[in-house]
Amino acid sequence: MQSFTLAAPNGLDAATDAGGRGGRYIAGGTDLLQLAKDNVETPDRLIDLEPLPLTDITVTDDSLRLGAMARMSEVAAHPAVVARWPVISQALLASASPQIRNMGTIGGNLLQRTRCGYFRDTGFACNKRVPGSGCPAREGENRMLAILGTSEHCIASHASDLAVALIVLEASVDLRAPDGTTRTIPLAELHKLPGDTPHVETTLRPGELITAVAVPASRAGMRSHYLKVRDRASFEFALVSAAVAIDAGAGTVHDIRVAAGGVGTKPWRLPEVEEALRGHPLTPKTLADAAALAGQGATPATQNGFKQVLLRRAVLRALQTATA
Amino acid sequence: MLGATVTGLALAPQRSRADDTSPAPAPAAPVRSAEAVDIVLQVNGSPLPLTVEPRTSLLDALREQAGLNGTKKGCDRGSCGACTVHVDGRRVVSCLTLAVRAQGKAITTIEGLAVNGTLHPVQAAFVAQDGFQCGYCTPGQIMSAVALIEEGHAGSDAEIRSWMSGNICRCGAYPNIVAAIRDAAQEG
Repeated sequence: MQSFTLAAPNGLDAATDAGGRGGRYIAGGTDLLQLAKDNVETPDRLIDLEPLPLTDITVTDDSLRLGAMARMSEVAAHPAVVARWPVISQALLASASPQIRNMGTIGGNLLQRTRCGYFRDTGFACNKRVPGSGCPAREGENRMLAILGTSEHCIASHASDLAVALIVLEASVDLRAPDGTTRTIPLAELHKLPGDTPHVETTLRPGELITAVAVPASRAGMRSHYLKVRDRASFEFALVSAAVAIDAGAGTVHDIRVAAGGVGTKPWRLPEVEEALRGHPLTPKTLADAAALAGQGATPATQNGFKQVLLRRAVLRALQTATA
Repeated sequence: MLGATVTGLALAPQRSRADDTSPAPAPAAPVRSAEAVDIVLQVNGSPLPLTVEPRTSLLDALREQAGLNGTKKGCDRGSCGACTVHVDGRRVVSCLTLAVRAQGKAITTIEGLAVNGTLHPVQAAFVAQDGFQCGYCTPGQIMSAVALIEEGHAGSDAEIRSWMSGNICRCGAYPNIVAAIRDAAQEG
């Protein structure tokens, strides 16, 4: 691992000022230090976010606000999160290991890098790590990789479970720039498709810092569910995951949001499923017919075509569980 | 390559001896680099002054400088759990914890569990249930298990297995590890 300095800023101003001058933020460090040990990331100046007042979890009648430095384990166990936004708690508890969840943060989780093995091994070419070097994944080991949102330059899947849960809750992200200005964007606009610039993964501007995630309260959110399908029962990334939030009072679907993980180059909303359900009666047939539409436009690689079938089944199971 | 962080555990400790029966070696004289910083960690209730680089992991600080080599280095990437310690009462992997960020926090390692030579109930249960074979993952397993019981996640064998998933045992001693945790939780 390359040597680096670690600055402990005495406030948000100092932190984002240092970020604007090229320093890299470190939150829980569970992904960044893995990458640094493998020389995939080579930061020379780190900015420690731990001293900053960004750990609060605030609940009101209308919303949930998660400080960017709130720990995954604390958010997962928060009684209001469990009761009113269960998909968040379920997605977090399906993530990583207990030790990593005690370290990893909400902001860091959203910005974790892909698990594509070519990205994480500097012995290989990778357009995301070295722009223009090529993508061996397209003809190589791609069983775990994306089938939606891919480009000829990159098929890396996005690894966050939390992000999939948060986009069905239509969460937004509070950002702070080095000049002190703040803005709020929908989480759905944070991650970018790879296109021909797979190394540009988010819409964050240079030095911009995630300070919080805001989640509106909703009836659908209270009836939400996260299903994760993986190669072993725990401590593994998703082959396919499905997040559902649904309000189907009196047997009619009033509000429905569905998204998937493990299949997209970014957290993937499934409007084709939502449109087939919205305003329709909630019956086993409408659920099955809607789930069968999941994954339109998929472009599987050589080893991951099974994800198309698995996605449809995972979406159906998640819909059934959320409405049971 | 793919999945190497899970399956390719490099179980070669930094020193040739993996057992801890020998006296702790004298801390190596730190090589002072430009970035070196002087810190004081609180380890097992005692202050531990160290000189480290910002990139030094808590794991390396404990093993290579403090001579506390009960905490083990397996994958060094957060995947195996052999390096599990408690920081302010929470279990974490020390390989992905920077030593400088652990200042001002209460750190507990496997060496800090026994009281006056009496094994912690979880340690005693691992002995009674034969919860290990080679023993390399055992300190991490025990630190994780102690935290698991305090968290209230020992309600069933299935729950124990799920909440121990951050600790890998390549000997496959899992049934006895679960039995040891179940016994220790019931005793408590």
